[in-house]
Amino acid sequence: MYRNIRLDTGQERNGTSVKENVAVKVKDVGMRFNLSQERVDNLKEYVIRLVKHDLRFDEFWALREINFEIKKGERLGVLGLNGSGKSTLLKVVSGVLKPTTGTVVTKGKVAPLLELGAGFDKDYTGRENIYLYGAVLGYTREFLDERFDEIVDFSGLGEFIDVPIKNYSSGMKSRLGFSIATVVEPDILILDEVLSVGDKKFRRKSEKKIMDMFDKGVTVLFVSHTLEQVERLCDKAIILEGGHLVAKGPVEKVARIYKNMTE
Amino acid sequence: MKRYIKNFAKYKFLLIELVKKNIKLKYRRSYLGILWTLIEPLLTMMVLTFIFGSFLARGDAQFPVYVLSGRLLYSFFSNSTKAALKSVSGNASMIKKVYVPKYMYVISAVLSNFVTFLISLVVLLGVSIVLRVKPTVYLTGAVVPLIILFVMTLGIGLILATLSVFFRDVEYIWSVLTMLIMYASAIFYPVERVVKGGNGWVFDMNPVYMCIANFRNCVLYGIPMSSQYLLASSAFAVVLLAVGALLFCRQQDKFILYV
Repeated sequence: MYRNIRLDTGQERNGTSVKENVAVKVKDVGMRFNLSQERVDNLKEYVIRLVKHDLRFDEFWALREINFEIKKGERLGVLGLNGSGKSTLLKVVSGVLKPTTGTVVTKGKVAPLLELGAGFDKDYTGRENIYLYGAVLGYTREFLDERFDEIVDFSGLGEFIDVPIKNYSSGMKSRLGFSIATVVEPDILILDEVLSVGDKKFRRKSEKKIMDMFDKGVTVLFVSHTLEQVERLCDKAIILEGGHLVAKGPVEKVARIYKNMTE
Repeated sequence: MKRYIKNFAKYKFLLIELVKKNIKLKYRRSYLGILWTLIEPLLTMMVLTFIFGSFLARGDAQFPVYVLSGRLLYSFFSNSTKAALKSVSGNASMIKKVYVPKYMYVISAVLSNFVTFLISLVVLLGVSIVLRVKPTVYLTGAVVPLIILFVMTLGIGLILATLSVFFRDVEYIWSVLTMLIMYASAIFYPVERVVKGGNGWVFDMNPVYMCIANFRNCVLYGIPMSSQYLLASSAFAVVLLAVGALLFCRQQDKFILYV
């Protein structure tokens, strides 16, 4: 299965040593995608191309030789333009994608606030989806039983909790997703510009919740292309360009480089 | 190995939730709900008995039990493999966004069908009582062919799920193959007719039929299982599961690039 990615525990594998105070270690990570002009997804074509030795793909490296560490309690901003590999990096760190090369080690509970409600089933009610999505995120039944009221409370859905999700507005869906995803106290928080969820009132509430986590010393990996947000929230930053890591260091220094790059 | 078990244990609750979801959503918005797992096989049994009973099995009062046992096992096999085939590509949106061990989708597809299958065995019990099939000591052995069939189905499911990610043709090929397996599984005709006609080899190559035959020996005829079928079907099951698990593990990291 996962040969060189290790989630949720600090035990390192195949020789990647991790220091005590490091929460996330990304070492030599590369991610390759195969972009074939016409995707071969039927047998006839596959066999024909196999015979003709024509099964070549255009290789595309979304990430290449990425190296960085995040120490416990540090907040790292990932800057970069569209298509620079930011989202791919987040997916690799959260374990959705397995890197083609290199290793990712994360220590502690990871809460990826990436695609809120990705595990929702539209025919299920809000109540049922809390358990389903909770299970997808790796929570236990007891934990969900215990925190159920808290989740419903925070989402502000009230009586709508027993209505099938397909009748929800998109704002209601992301409110529920956010409430479920943030009910844990994570060690590592992965954010992808989701600080804007729902209406203004909920946005303030959700920002406060994330800030509370920040205050408790959570390790953060935050992706954005708006510099102001990163400067406000992070203490360290890196810049990605065309899949390469071009700068890393304290946020002020990196922000200056990024400004020069974008102007 | 220990790591895999730990990971499985962590997502055990997810497996339960997925199985629950599959079963719940299957019957949502139908008035009779889960009762359909009982009514559907009963009605099919009546139809098949009505059509085939009169000329294929004249005078066999227990023909409905014969039909029902074959049909229940076969539907479990065909429904599960078809659900497993679509389980990975059908959950594409989830696979692309959150990390979950991907085999969970396949196992949950097979397991939820197994649960409804077990519920529908109540019908078999009822019909057997009504038609005065005498229970024997061999009845307890009926679990064995069911376990073999389950393992075999899971193995085939893993293979199909993997292949269908890369080749969408598999779905159509498989639906033809399952039809072939159905006609070769002696669901609604007596085996003797085919054997007499010199085509008995069909059954010796069909592991689904082997499970059905052994199951019938236990619940209908009250005789010991055929050890030849028992061995052959177990071998099929183990090999298929091993191949399926290996194939799935080797390819699963690529799924996300294709689904």
